[in-house]
Amino acid sequence: MRHSTRIAVGPVQFRIGSDWHAPIDALDRLYAGYPKDAARPADATVRLFAARPWRRWLRPSVHIGGDFIVPDALPLPLSMGLLAAEMGMNLQVALGWRRHMLLHASAVARDGRAVILSGESGSGKSTLAALLGEGAWRLMGDEFTLIEPASGDALGFPRAVSLKNAAIAEMAARVDPARLGPLLAGTPKGDIRHLIPRADAIAAMHEPARPALILFPRFGGAAAIEPMAPGEVFVRLTEASTNYVALGEAGFAALTRLVRETPAFGISYPDSAAGMALVEQLWAEAAR
Amino acid sequence: MADRLYRAPAAGALRIEPLGDLTAIFDRRSMQTHLVVAPMPEIIAAMGDTPCDAATLAERLAAAFDLADAGDDVAALLRERLAELAALGLVMAA
Repeated sequence: MRHSTRIAVGPVQFRIGSDWHAPIDALDRLYAGYPKDAARPADATVRLFAARPWRRWLRPSVHIGGDFIVPDALPLPLSMGLLAAEMGMNLQVALGWRRHMLLHASAVARDGRAVILSGESGSGKSTLAALLGEGAWRLMGDEFTLIEPASGDALGFPRAVSLKNAAIAEMAARVDPARLGPLLAGTPKGDIRHLIPRADAIAAMHEPARPALILFPRFGGAAAIEPMAPGEVFVRLTEASTNYVALGEAGFAALTRLVRETPAFGISYPDSAAGMALVEQLWAEAAR
Repeated sequence: MADRLYRAPAAGALRIEPLGDLTAIFDRRSMQTHLVVAPMPEIIAAMGDTPCDAATLAERLAAAFDLADAGDDVAALLRERLAELAALGLVMAA
């Protein structure tokens, strides 16, 4: 690969190579504040490559490669190289990581205790976590939360937050513009703009937090809280975990423990302010 | 017709974790997770380490639980549940 960089997000050390310098420059800007350790071996490799040699110049399109590939993933135009890098990083972690149980969930922490937000795309889990992370909470991650099988602790994966569509304006109104990446308009996932997490969240990215609450947010509808039974939480989290099956009994033990020890609720909310208020309310009740 | 005999997996083959109304069972042989409801965990627990049939199981469960609401033919119900557990691989025909 002509251009490359290394990025450490939580426990994962990435090596990212590209046929073009633009995506690497963009990544280096987004991840400038993250700790660098060039001597550490890479856990995951992402490659952004041109489909044919001449495609590097002529209507360049980015293919995503690495240790794991999705054979039918569409190539993206070079202007979306940053999205391709993000998708590549997600893919390598989702399919390759074995040291922790991986939950497709955002998380925030306060006083060493974590609130885990699990939900489908569009549930608002990323936006809620990003907004909470601008207040009294430490953003642990907007996409993945890792559960340490031996201790049951949650570990963060605070990559650059992938803001989508309406969330872009909502966050842009609150943060220093220097923390925002370029606008990627009209991607297959809609408009995307990355948000660099706060410096304190990046500095604390290796600090574990004890899971205190598991929430299943659902954007839309009146504000509501619905307690969730452990069996349903277990089923939902097996679906939210990309490596539950691969981990075998370690995954089973980690998940049954997490579900048994952590209160869980579904929350519905009409807007971000209401969603944040529900999180704060449940947090206050859990702390009692 | 004689009742079919079933046996439970060897000790240690299953890891059983109650989760409220559901019970999660990890089968160490197949690496599969099963989610079951009562009376499945109770049946597995009552089978012991020798092959047994539905009638024997009905006697054992009646000694441990109040089965007054289970209807007249507890053994017939257990016969169905045993066949379901066998289909999941959680008990074996002996």
